[in-house]
Amino acid sequence: MSYLVNGKAFSEVPRPGQCLRTFLRDIGWFGVKKGCDAGDCGACTVWLDDEPVHSCLIPAFRAEGRRVTTIEGLASNGELHPMQRAFMNAAGFQCGFCTAGMIMTAASLNEEDRKDLPRVMKGNLCRCTGYHAIEDAIHGVKSIGEDLPGKACGADLLAPAAEGVVTGTARYTLDTKVEGLLHLKLLRSPHAHARILAIRKDAALAVPGVRAVYTWEDVPRRLYTSATHDDYHADPNDMYMLDNVARFVGQRVAAVVAESEGAAEEGCRRLEVDYQVLPAVFDPEEAMKDGAPVIQDKSAESRIRRPGQNILLEIHGDVGDVEKGFAEADVIHEGTYTTHRVQHAHLETHCSITWLDEKHRLHVRTSSQTPHITKQKLCYLFDLYPDSVRVFCERVGGGFGGKQEVLTEDICAFATLKTGRPVKLEFTREEQFIASTTRHPMRVNMKVGARRDGTLTAFQMRVVSNTGAYGNHGGETLYAACGEAVAVYRCPNKKVDGYTVYTNMVPSGAIRGYGMTQTIFAVECAMDELARNLKIDPFELRRINMVKPGDQMIAESAAATDTEFGSYGLDQCLDLVQQAMVRGNGVKRPEGADWLEGKGIAISMHGAVPPTEHRSEARLGLGDDGYYHLAIGTAEFGNGTTTVHRQIVASVLGSTASRVRVIQSDTDSTGYDTGAFASAGTVVAGNAVRLASDALRERILDFASKTYGVTRDSCRLEHDAVTYSNTRVPLADFFAAARKQGRQLEVVRKAYGTPRSVTFQVQGFRIAVNRITGEIAILQSVHGADGGVIINPMQCRAQVEGAIAQAIGWTLFEKMVFDDGGRMINPTFRNYRIPAFADAPRRTEVYFADTNDAFGPLGAKSMSEAPIYPIAPALANALTDATGIRFFDSSLTPDRIFQRIFESSQPSKA
Amino acid sequence: MDLNTIGEIARPKRLDKAIDWRDGDAWLAGGTWLFSEQQPHLRRLIDLEGLEWQSLVVNDRGLEIGATCRIAQLAALDAPADWTAAPVIGQCCRSFLSSWKIWKTASVGGNVCMSLPAGPMISLTTALEGKCTILQRDGTERQVAVEKFVTGNNKNVLKPGELLRRIELPASALRKRTSFRRMSLTHLGRSAALLVGTLSPQDGVFMLTVSAATDRPHRLEFPGVPSADELAAKLKQEIPQFFDDVHGTPAYRKHITFHFAEEIRRELSGNKP
Repeated sequence: MSYLVNGKAFSEVPRPGQCLRTFLRDIGWFGVKKGCDAGDCGACTVWLDDEPVHSCLIPAFRAEGRRVTTIEGLASNGELHPMQRAFMNAAGFQCGFCTAGMIMTAASLNEEDRKDLPRVMKGNLCRCTGYHAIEDAIHGVKSIGEDLPGKACGADLLAPAAEGVVTGTARYTLDTKVEGLLHLKLLRSPHAHARILAIRKDAALAVPGVRAVYTWEDVPRRLYTSATHDDYHADPNDMYMLDNVARFVGQRVAAVVAESEGAAEEGCRRLEVDYQVLPAVFDPEEAMKDGAPVIQDKSAESRIRRPGQNILLEIHGDVGDVEKGFAEADVIHEGTYTTHRVQHAHLETHCSITWLDEKHRLHVRTSSQTPHITKQKLCYLFDLYPDSVRVFCERVGGGFGGKQEVLTEDICAFATLKTGRPVKLEFTREEQFIASTTRHPMRVNMKVGARRDGTLTAFQMRVVSNTGAYGNHGGETLYAACGEAVAVYRCPNKKVDGYTVYTNMVPSGAIRGYGMTQTIFAVECAMDELARNLKIDPFELRRINMVKPGDQMIAESAAATDTEFGSYGLDQCLDLVQQAMVRGNGVKRPEGADWLEGKGIAISMHGAVPPTEHRSEARLGLGDDGYYHLAIGTAEFGNGTTTVHRQIVASVLGSTASRVRVIQSDTDSTGYDTGAFASAGTVVAGNAVRLASDALRERILDFASKTYGVTRDSCRLEHDAVTYSNTRVPLADFFAAARKQGRQLEVVRKAYGTPRSVTFQVQGFRIAVNRITGEIAILQSVHGADGGVIINPMQCRAQVEGAIAQAIGWTLFEKMVFDDGGRMINPTFRNYRIPAFADAPRRTEVYFADTNDAFGPLGAKSMSEAPIYPIAPALANALTDATGIRFFDSSLTPDRIFQRIFESSQPSKA
Repeated sequence: MDLNTIGEIARPKRLDKAIDWRDGDAWLAGGTWLFSEQQPHLRRLIDLEGLEWQSLVVNDRGLEIGATCRIAQLAALDAPADWTAAPVIGQCCRSFLSSWKIWKTASVGGNVCMSLPAGPMISLTTALEGKCTILQRDGTERQVAVEKFVTGNNKNVLKPGELLRRIELPASALRKRTSFRRMSLTHLGRSAALLVGTLSPQDGVFMLTVSAATDRPHRLEFPGVPSADELAAKLKQEIPQFFDDVHGTPAYRKHITFHFAEEIRRELSGNKP
């Protein structure tokens, strides 16, 4: 038997039921990725005799004697394939996990195929980009700009990982070969609520290759939370690594560790578990009622507000007098808005590899947005000194908040500490759906009143959030939900009540738009209703009521905060979007009388840094190679912060981004960082980088002045040299000179996330909706973004486009559906459809406000997260404009649109 | 994905009269569904590739599709000029949720044997009056119409160890006029409803195939193009229940089915009211 891969012969033999994808990875071709392992996402695309196939569906034995080409084999004679070059020129990726499959597919297309990309690319899912940059790549559009000395800020520079990504050599979490690796699989609860009476391990332990089985009796009985925040008090300590109570379908019941994945799976199947099934509750309103099953019967130490009522947290606050305000109103809108359960669907599933080195130090290679906090959590769980644990990330294949959570590292590390062996845990796509985290579904009762002139008189909101079986992020998301969505409007009378409630559902967690997408949906729909009732233009109604510089931003309380207008661009965003919508784009609605047309807008405000303390440390130095070396704790998962950090360094030091080398997200070699979430990568870590760059510049110039005996003013820092008088010292020589004197040219600076500025978004849609089929066609999509000074416009625009596509997916297509017993019925990409090429509007017009922030690095503000917010309500408002019907739920699939149109056409029974 | 319980692949060159079929066996054609889900009950795969069944035979009687014929081969069929129904082949091939890359591997027979409501090869072969030939365990064959082959969501008439051998589409069906309608909740996604109407130029027989909206395919037959009311009445009578899953609610599928049925009726009748 012989397998020919990328021109090399391999004599290894696959297992009988092995698919080509894992076989290729076994023999070292790590460019072949797993996104779904079910043929839906295309990340594993390779060529079989020059034809692209999804290697996860190909029985490996069928590749025998045929030519296999992976992404690593696409370049020839050291020359990138034109399609690899094209993906670099167009910056056609963000996290890059789908890129190998994209390129292998795109490179196989002929001229005819390229005319119908929605069809030919539909088998390749990208969760980051929204496909615009991918379309550009396939059509040979060049988006990247030049990397010129001192001109990095504002330049369209390419991510430093680009070449690694397009050649398949960028290493993600599992792209490494570890000798003696054990595989861990988790048995998961089939019940939504059950007590575990007994677990019999014998049959599982008898499976050849099974090395250990762990149950709740084996792990430390220590409460913690899977959420990763610097201040662990932000989340309740309500979970055990393994527990004797299962609180949702999919919860860990036992862990099996074996020499192969197959043996670990078999071990799980052989475990005999006696469950005592308990009553379960899935609706948060029901869960708060007397007599509902108590899900988290914990003591005060767990920091649960009212465990007996399943209430994790409640918020009550008011300013002014809403009753008086409603009495003054000429129009009042009341409505109950609901938001559905959706998921991150990052293509790289949660995964870790853990091992001990010869000094018995624990190493954790993981896919995380928070390596430093993960390390703290592991130290806490296992009583380890910080010195004896290292947590690090290689490139991370997408996160969107889902990796602000410890879901694999704990149990994987436990198995390593117990067995002394390296252990790997890799989630399947199904586990990703049933056993990671989701967005918090919320029910929002809105009541708003306004005078005839449009001025708000009263604003009342009651929010009930479903945190599921565990409270990770349940508190912070409620604070977020009750925050900026309320504060963006001026109103003398406001009242807010919020509850986060436990149910027997899969836990909710951190996800792009953290608690706020839900209430912004309700608030922006309610504002639209007011505009319609008052016959005031929706842009104008916002202008009348939106916060402006000089205002205090007040949500449910007028207490002092650290949030300030470091800059303000909401007015510009509104103007830019309105002008573009008035201008139009000439796209006509589909022909036929059944197509209705409508326009809708929504706005949002977002704290540029999250409220709990954020900090980051940058270490920056000149290396012996004459390059600048930056070490920063934050992780790169497609958010582009590495690109931004290089541009900040290059900009301050007058160099080019290509002369800045970055190491990141490794607790051994970078300073403490509170995590890459809530868009902290540009603002907080970016500020640390900025401060370090300033300091290094001073240090270099000081040293030059002293060493060469010239005034400080005569010393200059050029992109690759220090100059004084008429002398030019290349940076590598300068390093050597310093070295000779025993001087290190390195600095460390920390930055903090306070005071906090705010960013703004405005989204406008013009859509057509078919009143028979409920289909929506997006005719025009316009986005105004206030991100301060835009350090990399191309990359920032791509982040905005990606966010819009993701939010469109959540609104128009995606929905996690559960049966009556709390079991998810669609945990696959074919049944939980994220946007494919055909589904995403690739021509969103993105306009940036011209602002310069007082707090952010070089005047920049955050941008990755915030464009999510206004998308769902802007779509819903356009739908209402088209049909005259209000849609109160955020899931706008054609069948639900049809249902609502149908209901509204029935005569009311009242 | 890896099927870790598979201990053996049988790769027969021909099928003996009595098929050696055991518990834990599965036929492997393209494998695109088998390898897309965990199959912990399986121990052995019997690979049909080595049998080298002929994919497509075009003759006077019509089109014979070998069960292992790849979707891509069918989509590339160069049909005789008088097969006016041939466009439906391409329309149904393009109705897969899966990528064209998977068409190269997936088989027509596999799609029919999966017997999912949205299986577009079921829609195609039902609409064009296909007949399945089943290879029985004793080596003999039996025939059953496609719409009778599929009995429900993921259910069909195959007994353990039986095998779909081929599907024949009669030339008379291939010479009909056709009208095609499809709806999916996402662009190019899985069908919520897929309807095909045919009209015979010879005897004026009108047939309407409803699939994807129901748990199994339904083919309604009329001696001529019915009136709108006749068609609606028959739909109501023949299809009491519509399918419910994440790709469309029953109410929506019913609504779309009636809407498309009427569009097809009008199209094939030259807009008769």
